[in-house]
Amino acid sequence: MSRLVLRRLVRFAVSLAVLVVAAFAMIHLIPGDPVRASLGPAAPVELIEARRAALGLDQPLPAQFAAYVAGLFSGDLGTSFLTGEPVAEVIATRLPNTVGLALIATAVALLAAVPLGMWAAVRTENGRNRGTEAAFGSVTGTAVAVPEFLYAIALVTVFAIGLGVLPPAGKEGAVSYVLPVLALAIGPTATIARIARVETLRALGTDYVRLARAKRLPAARLHLRHVLPNTLTATLTLGGLMLSALIAGSVLVEYVFAWPGLGMKIVESITQKDYPVAQGVILVYGAIVLLVNLLVDLALGVLDPTSSIKES
Amino acid sequence: MFRTPAAVAGAVLVAAMVVLAVIGPPIWGEAAEHIDAGAILQGSSAAHPLGTDNLGRDLLARVLVAGRYSLLLALAAALIGATAGIVLGALPSVLPARPARLVTGAVNALVAFPGLLLAMFTAVVAGLGARGAVLGIGAAIAPGFARLTQTLAASVAGADYVSAARMLGVPRRRILARHVLPNIAEPLILHLTQALGGALLGLAGMSFLGLGVQPPSFDWGRLLFDGFGRIYVTPEVALGPALAVALAGIGFNLLGDALARGAARTSAPRTKAVAPESADPGEPEPGAVLDVRDLTVTFPGGVTPVRGVSLSAAPGEIVGLVGESGSGKSLTAAAIGGLVPYPGVVGHARLRLDGRDVAGLSRKELGTSLAMVFQDPMASLNPALKVGGQLAEVAVVHQGATRAEARARAVDRLGHVHLPEPGRQARRHPHELSGGMRQRAVIAMGLMGTPRLIIADEPTTALDVTVQRQILRLLREVTEETGSAVLFISHDIAVVGELCDRVVVMYAGRVVEELPADRLTDGAHPYTRALIASLPDMDTDRSLPLASIPGRQPAPAEVGDGCAFAPRCPLATDACAAGRPPLVEHGPAHRVACWEVTCTSTA
Repeated sequence: MSRLVLRRLVRFAVSLAVLVVAAFAMIHLIPGDPVRASLGPAAPVELIEARRAALGLDQPLPAQFAAYVAGLFSGDLGTSFLTGEPVAEVIATRLPNTVGLALIATAVALLAAVPLGMWAAVRTENGRNRGTEAAFGSVTGTAVAVPEFLYAIALVTVFAIGLGVLPPAGKEGAVSYVLPVLALAIGPTATIARIARVETLRALGTDYVRLARAKRLPAARLHLRHVLPNTLTATLTLGGLMLSALIAGSVLVEYVFAWPGLGMKIVESITQKDYPVAQGVILVYGAIVLLVNLLVDLALGVLDPTSSIKES
Repeated sequence: MFRTPAAVAGAVLVAAMVVLAVIGPPIWGEAAEHIDAGAILQGSSAAHPLGTDNLGRDLLARVLVAGRYSLLLALAAALIGATAGIVLGALPSVLPARPARLVTGAVNALVAFPGLLLAMFTAVVAGLGARGAVLGIGAAIAPGFARLTQTLAASVAGADYVSAARMLGVPRRRILARHVLPNIAEPLILHLTQALGGALLGLAGMSFLGLGVQPPSFDWGRLLFDGFGRIYVTPEVALGPALAVALAGIGFNLLGDALARGAARTSAPRTKAVAPESADPGEPEPGAVLDVRDLTVTFPGGVTPVRGVSLSAAPGEIVGLVGESGSGKSLTAAAIGGLVPYPGVVGHARLRLDGRDVAGLSRKELGTSLAMVFQDPMASLNPALKVGGQLAEVAVVHQGATRAEARARAVDRLGHVHLPEPGRQARRHPHELSGGMRQRAVIAMGLMGTPRLIIADEPTTALDVTVQRQILRLLREVTEETGSAVLFISHDIAVVGELCDRVVVMYAGRVVEELPADRLTDGAHPYTRALIASLPDMDTDRSLPLASIPGRQPAPAEVGDGCAFAPRCPLATDACAAGRPPLVEHGPAHRVACWEVTCTSTA
């Protein structure tokens, strides 16, 4: 157990280090002069030189990297080319909006998907109700295949523009969460429901469920007490991994809803060639994903004491 | 492969996309570029069903034309990703150990990152535009391919033919090219189909964010980007590209699913199983705890693994049910316990428990009077629940006990089956108990009620010999104490002979002989005799091969009109193949179904 924790922590640290190097390298990998590219060919030479100096681009590479890492430790992610705002501040104001959206969407997806998957499994156990099985398969298969930004556009068109019952954009109050959360949650709901169904079918076929049936337990007790806990490990793992995918997926959804989160910011900064902001946001996104994966792994170790996680 | 409607839909959608990519530009190319200053930024009209753009160009034509570019970009990204991924994935199998581990580690780290982030990173570095987006999406696809190649290559590398090639001194690179890659090509191609769909959606996303294709070029994502800006005024202009992207995504996904399932899917028969007409129930056996007449279990297609089995058990009696695997003994037990899985159908002339029809018994009565013990104690307790709780719920659900009462009773019952420190065991999870302890716990679970019948389906097969004895002794003890009958199913005639009062021998779904256990050596049916003869004992000459029964038991679908054992029987005559021998009296408490035995004895 503790060895597992240690190994996960080491892997997390290594991945994080790689991420920092990649984020640092990003600005240097951009062909030509990033400052010139950002400020445009018309910008005066003095301004460009000043910006270069401010960024430390006139320093030798190792010194730049040392300064970058030192900056990270003191919470300094650089300053925006365009507004001169500290990148850390930009991220701090926007990160909660993105994380909140992703967490709510994940919770909604889990709450909707687990009962749906269980219901489908119970109905289609041992190949009964082939119609339900086919319908479940096609509906979830289709729902998974449509990207979240199309859901977002469809929801905006119908509920905000067509019916006018929900706000089309921005973050003002609980109501404004409804459409972005829905757009983000539909795909993961379908994926998790499929997994939940498979896991439930597996549990239904076990001897312990056979024995529980021999005890003539009522259906609700059988399914909720004997089947559900045994499907949760796999389902929650997937839910955790979904969360990191969802954080990335939120980039497009935030764009559709002009949501004041990190996703909106990354798109803006890339289009405007505001490289320090893009660099900082990518770093934070990557770190969040690594952190979520670490937490999922560790939670699994606690949740499922019988099967230690296999090393791939 | 294309049996399901979903698979057909996927194939049709993808085929339509390909056709559109080929014929789209030549047919609608001119219309898509035709600038009309008089029709700028229009909504839907008869002339322009999806409206026009800021130069008055027809959007329907543009959507139809953009298919080719969207598909080509996706193909390019998928191929770049696949090539890079396969190379990365194959590298560890040709590199020395240390760099190989480095590559594996890098791939594992990259797989964890969401594709879109990788794509954005690459796009920033490579510059905005179609080139950057394609490279970015390619980079996003590569880690998945690398992981898949690694996994597949590792599984193939362990195969015998690769080991053989390595022993022969074939260079590693050649092994990879000649032995490994061809054998993993199929799943890789399958993954490419899915990656193609993913690339198409990814590129659409990048273009939609304005990070992909830039004007004057246009793909579906770019058209959506333009349309989205006007969505408040003319929502229909976003409809065309959105629908195109959605359909493409759905098509590739459904097709990929269908390919992945491929031939693996077996179609189950659609016919429903029909139970045979129940014969006359006759007179119930007085005083019997279990009274079964003409029990059948039928599966769709007329397959009948249990055919007309009749059984009875008196209070305190242990009845052994023996036979090879596939003889229908476990299904018989499941049918009596009401646990035959769908689509099996149970039929019977009579099925009575403790003098009452099973059909008329309530959940509560069945749950407390019928106990079951299965073969694998590792699998028959729920790993997620504590042992005590699994016992206690019987009392809570069926006997209306409070949680505390139920717990106390569970601990008491665990002690009753000689589990040491029952209070502590009750608080543990099943995986903390040994196999023998778990089987005791399962038996204790049956004792939570007042069992009239215990069905024990090979309860000792998974246990080692010393534990087996303890469990058998416990079963004996429980019967003597509760007066419950036991139906003990086993393939081990030695155990049955030792434990049981009466033995019922099954072959191919039927009872072929029934006799008191202490007269097992008087077994008359050739099958029973063969089973007994195949038992080694202390006097067995170990220089001779172990006795066995030649041939195999017919599968349920192969059983014909005659005696099912005839093909393996040394005594078989023409009569045996022609008609099935009935189960007839053959001495006191002894019945047998064999033409040869009954004819000889009457003659």
